[in-house]
Amino acid sequence: MNFSDRNLGRREVAGFAAVGVIAFLAIWYAAVWSGVTPRKFLPTPLEVLSELYRLSVEPFVGYTLLEHLVSSFKRFFYGFSLAVTIATPLGLLMAISKPVRVVVSPIFESIRFVAPIAWVPFAALWFGTGIGGPLLVIFMGAFPPMLINSFRGALYVDRKYLEAAQMLGAGPVRQMTEVLLPAAAPSIVAGLRISAGLGWQSLVGAELIVASSGVGYMMVKGQAGIQTATVMSGMIAIGLVGLIIDFSLRQLERRMGRYKETY
Amino acid sequence: MFLRTLYSGSVLILLVLAWFALTQWTGVISGARFPSPKETIDALRIIFLDGYSNGRLHEHVLQSVLLVTMGFAVSSAFGVVTGILMGANKKVEAVINPIFSLLRPIPPLAWIPLAIVWLGLENSAKILVIFVAAYVPCVINTFAGIRSLEVPQREAAAMLGLSQPVYYLEVLIPAALPMIFTGLRLSLQASWTTLVASELVGAMRGLGSILNQASQDILPPMILVGMVSVALCGWIMTQGLGFIERRAMPWRSL
Repeated sequence: MNFSDRNLGRREVAGFAAVGVIAFLAIWYAAVWSGVTPRKFLPTPLEVLSELYRLSVEPFVGYTLLEHLVSSFKRFFYGFSLAVTIATPLGLLMAISKPVRVVVSPIFESIRFVAPIAWVPFAALWFGTGIGGPLLVIFMGAFPPMLINSFRGALYVDRKYLEAAQMLGAGPVRQMTEVLLPAAAPSIVAGLRISAGLGWQSLVGAELIVASSGVGYMMVKGQAGIQTATVMSGMIAIGLVGLIIDFSLRQLERRMGRYKETY
Repeated sequence: MFLRTLYSGSVLILLVLAWFALTQWTGVISGARFPSPKETIDALRIIFLDGYSNGRLHEHVLQSVLLVTMGFAVSSAFGVVTGILMGANKKVEAVINPIFSLLRPIPPLAWIPLAIVWLGLENSAKILVIFVAAYVPCVINTFAGIRSLEVPQREAAAMLGLSQPVYYLEVLIPAALPMIFTGLRLSLQASWTTLVASELVGAMRGLGSILNQASQDILPPMILVGMVSVALCGWIMTQGLGFIERRAMPWRSL
């Protein structure tokens, strides 16, 4: 028996990929045309694409798709930025100061197990359904990975750098900004990616429940009217924006990789 | 270790005291914003004894936990098998990978409206959503785990004349097990979040429906009860999986 699996050539990979995608589309079309699934519940891929186009030119529940996306992205951006600005320094602080760690960890550990989405009712009660409510939910989704990565990154920084900084008379603030932050940067950037992913996902959840605009809201309205194509267009749009966010952060991460080698 | 527990314990006790002080004793935070301990205990009593949102607390817990367990079990079984197939065979990988990359960026929560259109507010809709949420992390991590087996190990297995089933059961899968469990843990978390979300969007019963109902009735104490139950159940299930993980890989704790 030979268990080594030979590598496929580029053309073979493309061929198999085509088989996969074609099979996927074929099953989809077969399901629609054979009438196994009613058309109302499963439109063809082309119908979904044309709906996607229609949504981006004609307003649906008040806004076009792009406007929904912009309002979703704004919420995401505020919540995510807030989480990053609070969690990163807090993580660094936890790494150098034992009292801070002792106070923050038990609180953090007990809150972390609340699924971000479970904050929705309080979010709506405290901050309403405009921008504040969804923002809290995104914050709750994006905060934990950011804090963990910033803390871990700073914790594993070689003690001798910190000791050298202390000996040279750097105070806690300078130790944080000039030693810990650059040394923990790769881990922090990795945290950005995880936390953006979770934040984007929490945003969608929040918008399904508490919002009066945004892609999630658009999907809920589509769902209420049993407009499957609209719902699917929303899914595609969400997926695309998520990909773009992840892609940009990955570029940042790659630069960090180079930076790490020269550090 | 002991000191740390002591510190954490005292921080949490201080926190509870602050909660009493801010809500019940001084009223700095009004009950309409955040419930006082007394209100919370009352809410707990109501939901325990009389029920709230179509059921008593244990019925809600049972409903949610059973659904997650079912969806997670089915999905992770499929996910792990897909991951093994993709990892062990590059052709399978080449066929499945593009479809997977197309569907993967869609967050599981975004499937909720589609599940409702297709299956309504029934349990089956929840299971579909949990399936989607749990499948992806299982596949990715199992795949990575299988690929982590290095060439010399494969060659050694071949040289020792292992048959295909023995190779899978005694070499490939044990080697991938740590990664598989990483995937399972992520899957379980994703399933739980997704279930709570889909119950919040619409359900007859379940922990999410408590949250939804309490939010509509503007009952902060009941919201808090719901949140704490969600967190506790999530925590207990994670611990349970950790227990299974230690049992499944006794060699790791050596």
